[in-house]
Amino acid sequence: MYLDNSATTKISDEVFEEMLPYLKDEFGNPSTLYSIGRESKKALEEARQRIADSINAKKDEIIFTGGGSESDNLAIKGIAFKLQKKGKHIITSEIEHPAVKESLHFLESLDFKVTYLPVYENGIIKIEDLIEAITPETILITIMHGNNEIGSLQPIEEIGRIAHENGILFHTDAVQTFGKVKIDVEKQNIDLLSVSSHKINGPKGVGAIYIKKGVRLVPLIHGGGQERGIRAGTENVAGIVGFGKAAELATSKLDEHAEKLSKIRDEIVEKVLNTIPESYLNGDVNQRLPNLANIRFKAIEGESLILLLDAKGYQASTGSACSSNKLEASPVLTALGLDPVDVHGSLRISLAPESDEFDVDEFVDILSEAVARLREMSPLWNQELDYDGVMCKKHDDCRMC
Amino acid sequence: MDYSEKVMDHFANPRNCRKMEDADGVGTVGNPTCGDLMTIYIKVEDDKIEDISFQTFGCGAAIATSSMITEIAVGKTLEEALNISRNDVAEELDGLPPVKMHCSNLAADGLQAAIENYYETHQS
Ligand SMILES: Cc1ncc(COP(=O)(O)O)c(C=O)c1O
Ligand code: FES
Repeated sequence: MYLDNSATTKISDEVFEEMLPYLKDEFGNPSTLYSIGRESKKALEEARQRIADSINAKKDEIIFTGGGSESDNLAIKGIAFKLQKKGKHIITSEIEHPAVKESLHFLESLDFKVTYLPVYENGIIKIEDLIEAITPETILITIMHGNNEIGSLQPIEEIGRIAHENGILFHTDAVQTFGKVKIDVEKQNIDLLSVSSHKINGPKGVGAIYIKKGVRLVPLIHGGGQERGIRAGTENVAGIVGFGKAAELATSKLDEHAEKLSKIRDEIVEKVLNTIPESYLNGDVNQRLPNLANIRFKAIEGESLILLLDAKGYQASTGSACSSNKLEASPVLTALGLDPVDVHGSLRISLAPESDEFDVDEFVDILSEAVARLREMSPLWNQELDYDGVMCKKHDDCRMC
Repeated sequence: MDYSEKVMDHFANPRNCRKMEDADGVGTVGNPTCGDLMTIYIKVEDDKIEDISFQTFGCGAAIATSSMITEIAVGKTLEEALNISRNDVAEELDGLPPVKMHCSNLAADGLQAAIENYYETHQS
């Protein structure tokens, strides 16, 4: 059972079928004038319309990119370069995806100033903090819609309103919410929005950015003028067609899926918290993604939990440093103010519409057994160990300490 | 994570994983902030490691290296045991992913700490 749909999803059959012709016979370049090129162009524009419809945008406000990361980079660097004469200050949150965070770090190396708004125990920013952070130099607010680790949802409509009252542009990374939580770029006061295909049962390596009519930015990829000159390069037609289909499917069944998945999610959380001692929910109880739950268990480490679950056929993920290539504990969970030991003991379960065959009781049994087993092995469980006094002594290659 | 079969075996079926109430030496090393903390218990007779066990909070590699070092150390003299290096542990496990080498460090350090604790408490 695959429970890591926030990492990526499986391409659905409908999406696959829709893509197939464009991987084979319909190979034309959309920029050419003869019939096979026109066919590709038509498919491209149809997909664009589908993306636009799903967020209440206009077709020419959608630019296709190589994924969510590229959209984030384009929004942030593109606006920063365009508006740097006006000001060099940007506001963001402490829990952004690396695609946003690293783009901002890059800008800091070019003398931009960035304010990182704290999130509180529930993983949500406070509007007062935002208002306080605004300066005459502020050109952009970039705050994600739904968080990829804990699922908390930010009050984007209000953030957008405040941005506009102050003449500031608002970008939101909606990679995790697109197709899962309703998005209306008009109503929610959004100027730029990033989405990605592979989180909604579409293919990988395709995404889009919504750029509100009239908002100008500097392109990152220069070349042959595709995508209105904002993103050069011959379009990934098959991928875009698949993305369009995936977006249409997700949006048309958004309410149905949200209801179904949040029910399973709540059942998992309730049963886990009731059966496993010292287990807690991370993030906000109400304002969160319908398909994601992040739970922490005292005194165990997440990577070993993931391995035990995988051995039983369940794939999930963790914020433990031990499971990341950088051996860095999740900055998102750390930003919630959690004790480092608790950050290591976190488990993220994320569902997709096809997760409904899921036997929650069986899963909770297996999880509970795995947690108990690791706790039995753990020197931190049920023991009065003063671990602050231990701390590694000759741990030269441990980069954490 | 790309673990060898041996690592997975020691992780899934750890040897000598238990708290030892009547240990002669106990060593705890690591840093829970980094995600790893290991306690090694030894029972010593005639300068030899009679019995050894561990408890570990940590990743698959941390658990496997603790398990492996108990197998390597049992029956050895204290002096021999002090010479077990992290490479010995990693080698016996058919290698570890490069980012996980520090976990085998931890096992070697843990054993050393347990032996030092034995010396401190048993030599007058
Ligand atoms: C919140 C968020 N932003 C951006 C991305 C990056 O998207 P992509 O993998 O399409 O580059 C992801 C996915 O990993 C994400 O979860
Ligand atoms: S215990 Fe963290 S990497 Fe091994």
